[in-house]
Amino acid sequence: MNTVIKKQHAAHGLRREGAGERVFNCFNYLFLTLLGVILLYPLYYVIAASFTDTNYLISSADKMLLYPHNATVEAYKVVLKYPLIWNGYKNTIFIAAVGVLVNMAMTIMGGYYISRKDLLFRNFIVKAVLLTMFFSGGLIPNYLLVKSLGLLNSPFALILPGAISTYNMIIMRSAFDAIPSELTDAVEIDGGNDVVLLWNILVPITIPTIMVLVLYYLVGHWNSWFPAMIYMSDKERWPLQLVLRKILIETSELSGEAGSDVQSIGEAVKYAVIVVSTIPVLAVYPLIQKHFVKGAMIGSLKG
Amino acid sequence: MEKTNSYSVKYRLKKNKWAYIMLIPVVLYYFIFHYIPMFGIVIAFKDYTPFKGIIGSEWAGLKHFISFFNNMYFWRLIRNTVLISFYDLLFNFPAPVILALLFNEVRNRHFKRTVQTISYFPHFISLVVMCGMIRSFTLSEGIITNFLVSIAGIERESLLQNAKYFRAIYVLSSTWKEVGWNSIIYMAALSGINTELYESCEIDGGGKWRKAWHVTLPGIRNTIILLFILRTGALLSVGSEKIILLYNSSTYETADVISSFLYRKGLQEQNWSYGATVGLFNALINLIFIVLANTTSRKFSETSLW
Repeated sequence: MNTVIKKQHAAHGLRREGAGERVFNCFNYLFLTLLGVILLYPLYYVIAASFTDTNYLISSADKMLLYPHNATVEAYKVVLKYPLIWNGYKNTIFIAAVGVLVNMAMTIMGGYYISRKDLLFRNFIVKAVLLTMFFSGGLIPNYLLVKSLGLLNSPFALILPGAISTYNMIIMRSAFDAIPSELTDAVEIDGGNDVVLLWNILVPITIPTIMVLVLYYLVGHWNSWFPAMIYMSDKERWPLQLVLRKILIETSELSGEAGSDVQSIGEAVKYAVIVVSTIPVLAVYPLIQKHFVKGAMIGSLKG
Repeated sequence: MEKTNSYSVKYRLKKNKWAYIMLIPVVLYYFIFHYIPMFGIVIAFKDYTPFKGIIGSEWAGLKHFISFFNNMYFWRLIRNTVLISFYDLLFNFPAPVILALLFNEVRNRHFKRTVQTISYFPHFISLVVMCGMIRSFTLSEGIITNFLVSIAGIERESLLQNAKYFRAIYVLSSTWKEVGWNSIIYMAALSGINTELYESCEIDGGGKWRKAWHVTLPGIRNTIILLFILRTGALLSVGSEKIILLYNSSTYETADVISSFLYRKGLQEQNWSYGATVGLFNALINLIFIVLANTTSRKFSETSLW
């Protein structure tokens, strides 16, 4: 009888804990709670600080900010009046929308080709593609290429050079690989060509993977700033992240623009800018988190 | 099968005509945006000027390489790149492994999921926003400075202006951003471990520690090794983006790495050929490192990338 219960407990991972294990578990919960707080607090601080009077932020040398002090929305008023941010939003949305369409069309077509082991030149092309993961021309030749293509200051300078992420294409390939060959054979016997097979049959089946890749590319476009910095000199065309860099990193762009009154809320304005620019990510994160984790898992299983 | 092989190329091209047509943009993409820049590296051996073009510019031999190796900052760049990368490896490689092992011991599902969800979130914060936060937090009145002044008794100053703090800021902010996200891959490996192994270990009288040592660790060993190869292969490729967002001329001493130097010399000062030379040097070193890491791993553990 005893052994049966013991076995059942073992199966459920409920073996009786020794003192050492209890101490460990206690410590573990404590540590992970602390870690959660440490990881979250900076973001909480940003939100609280964005509603706080900047004078308080500067003078409160030794205090932790647990809630907004002298709550004010002055910082947001400044941000709302700042055209570059909204222009940046517009540019980023355009780049992300067109970019993801290009990314996915290319990734799906490339993934399809390398998943078909019976096609001509396949081995050669796979090798040529994989080589680019380990060796590249580098910053200067890429810049000169984009320049000579006449893409400087064009949103396509931010779309075309990264049209395919080879890593994502490999993930796409494995999704196609997982489809039983009987299905593809049946389509071919019915006289369906590769276009029909790919877009009408394979794509609908691999929607879960496609969604994950769409999200990967989307976040990539949303967060990208470096290519825009080197290719876009025209401020009107800057994506949001480059505007943010100007405000958060380079100088206190917003202060000094409207006199001393604005100067005094400079720090709070920076925090408000962070909040305004991160709201979309914050809003969709709970919805898409699951897909991202799944994506990371797909990647790891292939890795 | 024999019949397939004897099909003429023409027949096979025709049979999957649309597959090849759909391949055209993909091939064009790789050719234009990956292979043309590789040919563009040739300017590292020339005195490139935009006016004369890549083909028209005069050959310069190894002039730019010699000039780079003799640059007074050459060794500082190598040192900074290796050290930043090494500290990053030292802290940020084991951190997600440990975190995944700790998550794995949590029995309360809600608690586990909550902490995991929180820990993934910083991954989605953009680099620019994170570096903006770091800048504000480490100003002489910033919250991190306040904290360190009261806890560790450091001098009150803007921490990003002091070269001795740069590496710590660089590495620890990466921990904040990526530790949760990078633990996912290990969680996936952990979930793949056969539970029967744990049971048989228990029947043999093994406690938590023996299970961790004899079942859990061997279960994720290959994942660890594979990621370690990738990581050591990138030992000399510290990306320029975060460096450029965080450094300034007063911290070059510890912060300037090969890629940020290349960005300044090549793009900002428009020394095209010199920049391409630094880039080629860096790309070759990276290639050698990844091949070495892979060969070593294959020799000792039968795990490798190729």
